Amino acid sequence: MSDKHLSTQFDAELSSISTRVLEMGGLVEQQVAAAVDALATFSEAQATQVIRNEERVNQLEIEIDRDLSNIIARRQPTARDLRLLIGVSKTIGNLERVGDEAARIARTTHRLIASGTHGRHFPTTAMVVEANMANASLRRSLDAFARLDVNLAMQVIRSDNEIDAEFDGLLRKLVTYMMEDPRTISASIDLVFVAKALERVGDHAKNLAEQVIYIVKGTDVRHTPPDGLESAVS
Amino acid sequence: MLRCFNRMHDLYPGHRYDGAINLMPDGVDILHKDVDPIEVRMRISMVFQKPNPFPKSIFENVAYGLKVRGEKNRSVLDDKVEAALKGAALWNEAKDRLNELAVNLSGGQQQRLCIARALATEPEIILFDEPTSALDPIATGSIEELIGEIKHKVSVLIVTHNMQQAARVSDYTAYMYLGEMMEYGETNDIFMKPKRKETEDYITGRFG
Repeated sequence: MSDKHLSTQFDAELSSISTRVLEMGGLVEQQVAAAVDALATFSEAQATQVIRNEERVNQLEIEIDRDLSNIIARRQPTARDLRLLIGVSKTIGNLERVGDEAARIARTTHRLIASGTHGRHFPTTAMVVEANMANASLRRSLDAFARLDVNLAMQVIRSDNEIDAEFDGLLRKLVTYMMEDPRTISASIDLVFVAKALERVGDHAKNLAEQVIYIVKGTDVRHTPPDGLESAVS
Repeated sequence: MLRCFNRMHDLYPGHRYDGAINLMPDGVDILHKDVDPIEVRMRISMVFQKPNPFPKSIFENVAYGLKVRGEKNRSVLDDKVEAALKGAALWNEAKDRLNELAVNLSGGQQQRLCIARALATEPEIILFDEPTSALDPIATGSIEELIGEIKHKVSVLIVTHNMQQAARVSDYTAYMYLGEMMEYGETNDIFMKPKRKETEDYITGRFG
């Protein structure tokens, strides 16, 4: 928000809410990275830490939601202020679900370790690649939110299919493992879910980017095909 | 600006009109010098900032415009006064005290009486000039509710400094700044996604 409200208190409330969204975004990004790292290294302690941090993510969602309600009740925001608050409301819902995906990956890691999968050869490197892609997407959509950068948001939306393609590749790899050695089936299915969770992280990043466009332009670009994005926004 | 619509500026020496206001469907320019301002005010009623009932009974206030038009039949007057008071959501409170002085009503009731008086002559447009600025929140709520009802029967043109009121009651909003119209459009668009930065700055409270 470039220029100021007559009420500096209102400015402070809006900027505080944006800061907290970014704090929550940073935390879930960390959660995803830590969850995948725990999986790649079969670190039980790290997976446990991810599950423990999940509570903080949920708490942030509730706190930001409460602040949102208070601002709406007391300020009756309109236009871009209202769009910001609606956008934030959807953004934190998406971030909370990214947090859920990270916790899911951590729980899967616990299960894999418990079932003695440790040491077997799995495409965990490919998993890390997908995780990095999804996290990069998430970071860029949070940057786009922080700077209200529509072009960056559009890049995130357009690049989502790269993560989808990575997921498809990973799936094929896991199917190959299962066919070659049926003893890996149980663990491979777990990894399919991990890959799917990461693909979902990418989807949530895309949803965030769509909200940035809504906040800045007032245009709802959900369900808009990528090639129609430019004309929808202009 | 509102005073242009019922030729009230005719009453202020030195004021003149510029341009035209064509009243549909017949398209007559109500600002034209050959048009009788009394005729205009028959078609376009007005409700003011402060309730201004005549120092007469409730019944006489509502019947006044009809009598000016020459209506003498008592049962027609009874029916029309009742319909107007019902239309202004005042009938239940006023039906047993129609002969009492209007000034004995509460502020909110007086304003609804003024709306009933405006409705009685079956105008095509009612002008509202800050109709709730002198009222408490509950009376304001009932007037707004009333505007929401009558807008299905008659066009409502309301001037308000209360932006949330404009957002609540109107279908279309024009944003005026220092006598200039900055933007006009559907109320949903004006309050969600205005086209001009000046409009957005104003409605979000970013005053320069």
